[in-house]
Amino acid sequence: MRFRDHRVVGDIMTLAQRYRDEGADELVFYDITASPQGRSVDRSWVRRVAQVLDIPFCVAGGIRSVADAEAVLNAGAEKVSVNSPALADPGLIDALSRRFGAQCVVVGIDSELTAEGYRAYQFTGDPTRTRESGRDVLQWVREVQERGAGEIVLNCMGSDGVRSGYDIEQLRAVRAVCRVPLVASGGAGAIEHFTAAFREAGVDAALAASVFHNGIIAIAELKRALRTAGIEVRP
Amino acid sequence: MTGTVIIDSGGANLASLQFAFERLGATARVSADAHEIAAAERVVLPGVGSASEAMRRLRAAGLARLLPTLTQPVLGICLGMQLLFEHSAEGETECLAILPGVVRRLEPSVARPVPHMGWNRLTTLQSDPLLAGLDPQSYFYFVHSYAAPLGAFTLAPVEYGERLSAVVRRGNFCGVQFHPERSAASGARVLANFLSL
Repeated sequence: MRFRDHRVVGDIMTLAQRYRDEGADELVFYDITASPQGRSVDRSWVRRVAQVLDIPFCVAGGIRSVADAEAVLNAGAEKVSVNSPALADPGLIDALSRRFGAQCVVVGIDSELTAEGYRAYQFTGDPTRTRESGRDVLQWVREVQERGAGEIVLNCMGSDGVRSGYDIEQLRAVRAVCRVPLVASGGAGAIEHFTAAFREAGVDAALAASVFHNGIIAIAELKRALRTAGIEVRP
Repeated sequence: MTGTVIIDSGGANLASLQFAFERLGATARVSADAHEIAAAERVVLPGVGSASEAMRRLRAAGLARLLPTLTQPVLGICLGMQLLFEHSAEGETECLAILPGVVRRLEPSVARPVPHMGWNRLTTLQSDPLLAGLDPQSYFYFVHSYAAPLGAFTLAPVEYGERLSAVVRRGNFCGVQFHPERSAASGARVLANFLSL
């Protein structure tokens, strides 16, 4: 499973400034253990991050209410991302969208191919609590848009953490029913994986973590390669 | 005259705008007080949320009548720029009518997801102090579901399936559809230019 043995990759402020300077277009801060442990993100850092970042950033993890989201947005985050709490209470998406606008509301979906098709999973931050939510991913993608999601991050669990490429087939299936921005997540291991996600799956953005944290891919080099491939990105 | 005031129109996330001014060595206070806003050296009209809710709040605070009479530099950001126009399709809302035109909803498709969310270049830039030091290679961060058409007051369009107003200006009233506070160095340049108007 992908979330075992998490490495401590460094101080959050150091990383935020490093990625800002390297040319990242957006940062997503995941507190992936927040939902399984039934606690919210510790928000003291959000304000400090907002002071130094001049690019958008999103906070994910343990946001269960309008009040949780408001605290994060008021501290300076651009967006909040909800995953497990939205599966437990889909009305949370409506409430967040009504209060803050769709542009603030990202829905993260952890998806895996099963005998019944693509299924959404809950509590993926803790392997001992991870469970299939009972929801079909394509149906869930349609529903969260109707409820007011402004962006969908599709994390393909089968490819996550193994760096063998994004799950293009799955991303294409979701793209076909997705009229809000779609972000590919899970599987990036090489520059050509990003190119494929944009070209073959038509995603609006591609998210990656370990290849950047570990220095396997330099953001500037990635962006040069994307531009050479005819994919428009900010230099 | 006292500094820059950011109008509190009810949306969350005014902190990121304040931090952006701080990074430029300036300070900006948040206020919904008509006297404080009238006396400010510069006024910023932000806006996250809906046009109808923002206008309701501006009217309740007596600001809907005040804003069109201001003579100091005013900068509308994102929804704040849209409120400068006559009308918004978002909740069929009468706006400030400082600029002629109607704000429409962007129609989504698989080829053009809505909200429009991401980094874009401006297609052309008219010569204006608000855009000093920027060129067509500058990227800005956009997040919006509604948009203002091109018009006589458009300083720079952005292309997103069609051409939309990205920067507008009529005299002391300026507006940007993108978020300068989240547009890295090019956004900081726009804010610095605004502080020099």
